[in-house]
Amino acid sequence: MSGLVFFSSGSGNTARFVASLGLPGQRIPIRQDDPMPSPDAPYVLICPTYADGTGAGAVPKQVIRFLNDPARRALIRGVIGAGNRNFGPTFGLAARIIADKCKIPVLDRFELAGTETDTARIRDGLEQFWGMPCLTP
Amino acid sequence: MKDHVMGAPARAINWNRLQDEKDLEVWNRLTVNFWLPEKVPLSNDVQSWATLRPEERELTIRVFTGLTLLDTIQNTVGAPVLMKDAVTPHEEAVLSNIAFMEAVHARSYSSIFSTLCSTREVDEAFRWSEENQHLQQKARLILDEYEVGSDPLKRKIASVFLESFLFYSGFYLPMHWSSRAKLTNTADLIRLIIRDEAVHGYYIGYKFQRAMEKLDEAKRNEMKDFAFALMFDLYEIEAHYAEELYDGIGLTEEVKAFLHYNANKALQNLGFEALFPPAACEVNPAILSALSTDSENHDFFSGSGSSYVIGKAVATEDEDWDF
Repeated sequence: MSGLVFFSSGSGNTARFVASLGLPGQRIPIRQDDPMPSPDAPYVLICPTYADGTGAGAVPKQVIRFLNDPARRALIRGVIGAGNRNFGPTFGLAARIIADKCKIPVLDRFELAGTETDTARIRDGLEQFWGMPCLTP
Repeated sequence: MKDHVMGAPARAINWNRLQDEKDLEVWNRLTVNFWLPEKVPLSNDVQSWATLRPEERELTIRVFTGLTLLDTIQNTVGAPVLMKDAVTPHEEAVLSNIAFMEAVHARSYSSIFSTLCSTREVDEAFRWSEENQHLQQKARLILDEYEVGSDPLKRKIASVFLESFLFYSGFYLPMHWSSRAKLTNTADLIRLIIRDEAVHGYYIGYKFQRAMEKLDEAKRNEMKDFAFALMFDLYEIEAHYAEELYDGIGLTEEVKAFLHYNANKALQNLGFEALFPPAACEVNPAILSALSTDSENHDFFSGSGSSYVIGKAVATEDEDWDF
């Protein structure tokens, strides 16, 4: 099983979700000056959405900075979106944008800090995903 | 304007010196999301309104007066009291936006009424809202926390519960109609309100979490106990309110699942864990898709007959991406 990388802002929702998974995850820092994680194995990114009603600004700047590095980007295998269904069409939009940009699948999405059901489904899903051939070197 | 002490200078807000980046992030989201009810072609729902049975129309008007009451409270009392507790000048500015948008929401329901309903029906429903004991009880519980002298953190808890929980017994109905292709323009307007309330609940919950970090563990536990106790009290009232409104059309159990689901989200906005187990939160999938129409294909609010263009997706800011 390979890694998780995630972003979580001051609300802490995504960080709480990752904690509930019980899997190790590397956090992309909120502040620009803090060091970026440098994964050395394939990973799945978990990313919340911060879009306004037009869809602008969906992907956090720090996540864009993280993905702008070709070495880090080369190891991304999938993305999971976090958000709030109440934002309608932009629910989980960041994950769809990242998937399009990086040519990887959106594996799943959940709301806020996720529910027990989300945690169980995504933990199982990740296990299966990493078990698939050709995803890891 | 935090410093009212004699001798302290009056301070102008400087948006280029932020103490909390979240203030600007939320300000930008809220201002871009600004809207007015005149932009939604509610009159396209006149024919659909006529297909509702009289008791369904009465229920709809009552639900909307209940929502108007909550928006009125948040506009005139809730957001203004939170402004006094603000820890940054930018937070005060964001709260002034929240206060105004609550006034827009309250005003929107009257736009729906003037488009679809007779004056007599509407007057009757407003009278009902003043006499309905469940509605008045929940308003009272929230207003008590907003009273001068109450704890600033408890005010935030009450405010998040209003924004992220109490509205949903009402929001359920337009989502239900929308899932049956009824009142679809009204549903578009309600979705704009839902979007705003989601940002409000998120932001006030975020500020609550920042304030909690400054407390010792005993005080944090006390706050958490207070939050869960208030949620239990509000839920009890909401369950009765839902029964009274929705028993007649057989939707009470569905509405309760929706209440549980939203109660958990309200608690998560405060940084707490869920209260209701997953089995109690199985919301009708038709309602979930009515909430997030077309979230798969970025096709904003389509199929609704609405001509209100929210703005096209500017999905990426390409100048930020190197590839």
